[in-house]
Order: sequence, then structure tokens, then C-alpha cells
Amino acid sequence: MIGIEHYIVVSAILFVLGVLGIFLNRKNIIVILMAIELILLAVNINLVAFSAFLNDLTGQVFAMFVLTVAAGEAAIGLAILVIYFRNRGTIAVDDVDRLKG
Amino acid sequence: MTLQVVAFYLFASIVIASAVMVILARNPVHSVLWLILAFFNAAGLMVLLHAEFIAMLVVIVYVGAVAVLFLFVVMMLDIDFASLRAGFVKNFPLGIAVALVLLAELVLGIGAYRAGALNLGAAEGTAAPIPMTSNIESLGAVLYSEYLFLFEAAGIVLLVAMIGAIVLTHRDLRSPRAHQDIGKQVRRNPDEATIMTQPAVGKGVDL
Repeated sequence: MIGIEHYIVVSAILFVLGVLGIFLNRKNIIVILMAIELILLAVNINLVAFSAFLNDLTGQVFAMFVLTVAAGEAAIGLAILVIYFRNRGTIAVDDVDRLKG
Repeated sequence: MTLQVVAFYLFASIVIASAVMVILARNPVHSVLWLILAFFNAAGLMVLLHAEFIAMLVVIVYVGAVAVLFLFVVMMLDIDFASLRAGFVKNFPLGIAVALVLLAELVLGIGAYRAGALNLGAAEGTAAPIPMTSNIESLGAVLYSEYLFLFEAAGIVLLVAMIGAIVLTHRDLRSPRAHQDIGKQVRRNPDEATIMTQPAVGKGVDL
């Protein structure tokens, strides 16, 4: 029988992989954004799992809101990426220091 | 029951394997494709939890919108991806260290939950699924009553995100390429717009 622990472990591993992805691909902002999507997916799995096992729909409602924020974040992030690439011709984010005094 | 167990381990292993491939793939296009596979299998996990509506929403929003957006941007921008991987090996020890610390903390949390240290309480019953109805119907009953204002706020978040994305990527209309001066078009008359010439035979017209 699959218990809630199984789902928590899967989502914990997914979350850690997302954080690891941010650290490994520090220059490539596209992969950083994808790693953030992985983190939000892990959160969603966690919310839905607790919602199902506690027999309470609030978790699924909040999973919907997390989904909304994830979609908006991806759209804004990629828009910023596109205009940054248009201005600088590169997306290497470890030398974004234009505002440094 | 056994089919459920098999399906769970199948979906869980594929979702974790494709998440590993997302962060390790050399080509970001491959990363996006692995991300799509991860989303599909996460949706499968949610179906196993009887959360069909959220599962379909993950497929529609994540795969249909977000992943395709990533794919467009990766393919549209001409980026030298090889140079972006330069610090990969250098960052590896730090990343692994942070990930291991985080994983240890999460394992401790799960251990505390299993040992009964965390009392999550029981659902109070206000948001329990309605018996004998589908998941989407129960969810709608909660969403449009108890969480109506949060639902509207989510709509505003999406509106702001949409306006923000349009404003950020919008090019100025007054650039020469797209500029239309209606007054100038109306003022045009045949006398100054056309010329009459009578070139000699064999000679071209000098404009």
C-alpha cells in the first residue's frame, strides 16, 4: 500500500534536485528557471498528497494557486530574459553587474 | 492494489530520473523535453491520488503553456550554450553539499512526522470532498465559495503577469519600420506623388 510517506519522499527528492539544479547551472538562467519549475512541482505534489490523505480539498485549491504563480513567474522571467538578451547579446547571468556602482 | 503500487513506482522513478536529466542535460532543448516528461509523470502521480482536476491542470498549464514557452525562448535566442556550462564542474561540490544538507533536513522532517512528533490534526470537514461526486465538482464547490476572493486574486496575478510580459517585450511603435503617419498619407496628392517623363528610345528614366 502506498502511504503518504512515499509521496513526501518523491517530492522531497524533486525539491532537492531543483535546488541542486540552481547551483549547478549558475550561468544558464534558462535552466535556473526550469529548476524553479521543478521546485514548484515538488510543492504541488506535496500539497496534493496531503490534501488526498487528510481528505481535505484545501490543499488542491492551493496547488491551483501555486500553479497560477508558477505560470506568471515563467512568463515574466522569460520576458526579462528576452529583453536582456536583446540588450546584451548574452544570457550569462553571473556577470549581471550593470547596477553595481 | 498491486497495479497502483506498480504505477506509483513507475511514475515516481520516471519523474525523478527526468528531473536529474533536466539539470544535467548539456543542451537546454533536451532539458525542456525532459521537463515535459517530468510534468506528465507528476500528473500521473496526482491521478493516483484521485486529484484528477489538478493533474489535468498540470498537463494543460505546465506542458501546454510553460514548457512550450521555454521551448520557444530556447530556440528563438541564438545562445552559445557551451560557454554557459563553464562553471559546471567548479560549482559541483558546493551544489552537492547544499543539496545533501537540504536532503538531511527533509529526511529529519519526514522522520519527525513518522514518529508522530508533528500533529497535523484531522480535517475539520468544511473542505472535505462531497461524497459520490467527481473531484472537479467538489473542488468547484470549495473554490467558488470559501476561496472566491483568492480565486479572483489569482486572476489578477495572471493579468498583471500578462501585462508585464507584454510591456517588457513590446518594441516602440515609433521606430521607423512600423510608423504610420495618417496625416501625411491624407495630404498626398497626385501632382507631387507622380512625375511625367518622356525618355528617349533606349534610355532609362533618371529618378
